[in-house]
Amino acid sequence: MRTVAVVGASLAGLSAARSLRKQGFDGRLVVIGDELHRPYDRPPLSKEFLAGALAEADLALEQDDEDLRAEWLLGVRAVGLDGPQRAVRLADGSEVRADGVVIATGAAARTLPGTDGLAGVHTLRTLDDARALRDELALGGRLVVIGGGFIGAEVASTAYALGLDVTVVEAAPTPLAGPLGETMGGIVSALHADHGVRLWCGVGVKGLRGESRVEAVLLEDGRSVPADIVVVGVGARPCVEWLAGSGLALDDGVTCGADGRTRLAGVVAVGDCASWYDPRAGLHRRVEHWTGARERPDAAVTALLAGGAVEPSAPRPPYFWSDQYGVKIQFAGHAAAADSVTIEEGARDDHNVLAVYRRSGQPVAVLGMNQPRLFTRWRKQLAAAA
Amino acid sequence: MMIPACRLVDLPRGEAYRLDIDPPVSVFHTDDGEVFAIDDTCTHQDASLADGWLEGCEVECPLHASKFDLRTGAVDAPPAKRPVRTHEVRVEDGMIYVRLSLDAPNLPPCVTARLAGGPA
Ligand SMILES: Cc1cc2nc3c(=O)[nH]c(=O)nc-3n(C[C@H](O)[C@H](O)[C@H](O)COP(=O)(O)OP(=O)(O)OC[C@H]3O[C@@H](n4cnc5c(N)ncnc54)[C@H](O)[C@@H]3O)c2cc1C
Ligand code: FES
Repeated sequence: MRTVAVVGASLAGLSAARSLRKQGFDGRLVVIGDELHRPYDRPPLSKEFLAGALAEADLALEQDDEDLRAEWLLGVRAVGLDGPQRAVRLADGSEVRADGVVIATGAAARTLPGTDGLAGVHTLRTLDDARALRDELALGGRLVVIGGGFIGAEVASTAYALGLDVTVVEAAPTPLAGPLGETMGGIVSALHADHGVRLWCGVGVKGLRGESRVEAVLLEDGRSVPADIVVVGVGARPCVEWLAGSGLALDDGVTCGADGRTRLAGVVAVGDCASWYDPRAGLHRRVEHWTGARERPDAAVTALLAGGAVEPSAPRPPYFWSDQYGVKIQFAGHAAAADSVTIEEGARDDHNVLAVYRRSGQPVAVLGMNQPRLFTRWRKQLAAAA
Repeated sequence: MMIPACRLVDLPRGEAYRLDIDPPVSVFHTDDGEVFAIDDTCTHQDASLADGWLEGCEVECPLHASKFDLRTGAVDAPPAKRPVRTHEVRVEDGMIYVRLSLDAPNLPPCVTARLAGGPA
């Protein structure tokens, strides 16, 4: 393999580039990214960076003296992939031909239809998004967060700490019920009310009111919530449109095997844009968490360099963390697989809970709130049991 | 200075003991029976490495999974970027002693700010 192109210059792309060098690839390495920035870390964008406690330089994912001997094509978008030729077409009309292609184009924030061009309305995915939101939050006022998922909850928590008046609107009856299940979703989202942040559940958003700038969020039940700033946190969609016609299977992300290999020889996909086969569950799933984007490229690169001659080792159960209202939330495994959940340690009112999810008595997931030590033990046990 | 940490028999293999000095130091007893001491605070954020995932001669931070080498203090990958200090360990008469490194610790920015009296 003489040339490898990595498309997407964020955590998964950088991790793949690092793995390539670490695993001995010494050919031409081209990294393509449509943002102008060098790879940076996203989790702080809704936390310390938004709060003003971290500067932009602190977000860099690369070491100061790191040299991957890569050609960085930044600020250019990939617009197509010729599958059999493994040629990546770029928006500027040029083309990168490679023997191996790593797809790492991540995900983009979903928006609400009809909100384009209205000042005061934000999504949060990129550094540029975070800069714009941070500057507005600094002015204070009433913030309405649409969506009570992790990003929405973190923005609410950060804005609350900055002194804003915050309301969270969530269409589902319980926020976070998808990732955490009803019971624990309820316990974690109770953090909002505990801090005087209003949480309105079970009601959808009909639209926004405002001429040039947003004035209110209109709810489906007829109510309206006055707003100076609105953050739309309604999830992310995988950035795979550019792969249409490439021959890849695209169904909620690039469909991959248990090691990131795709249907096309010499093409792997990693990170938020990839839907890996999960041998334990017997299905494909797209995992949108930091640790997967950081770790799984190692396995995908091994598969790419070996041309599929190695058996994939099963990745660890998915893991993510979140920080809200000073509480460290950690989760590993799959809540949806569980038929019971029990609090094994701690008290919910003290926000230091350790909860274990089981299916037929076997642990399938674990949640910690300010319980890093116990959480790690359970996480280790989950990985060993799998 | 040699600081007594704990008795070797009280620290099973695969476990860590945190010495509550400032900054805290942790002693690890690996599955192979070796004993190491490193700074307990992750260089990325305020996490205790004694709470982490010990495997071989590496401990994985309990929060964001950067791995530190117990022998050298080196870190493998982001989000942490700087190594932790390592400290010399001696076992005498069944007691584990730690000789603190004279280097300056690589504390995370949030801890440094707190020590300086700024916002946490
Ligand atoms: C605000 C925020 C907070 C988060 N907090 C946490 C947290 O606390 N814990 C946790 O576990 N996870 C968290 N995450 C999730 C984590 O950041 C992601 O899982 C991770 O960034 C995924 O990395 P990635 O490289 O796959 O994708 P991305 O980081 O999305 O990077 C993809 C890159 O590809 C570029 N790209 C897209 N299309 C093209 C194209 N056609 N051509 C060229 N380049 C393209 C994009 O511009 C982007 O730079 C958070 C995410 C956000 C946004
Ligand atoms: S606190 Fe250790 S890696 Fe983040």
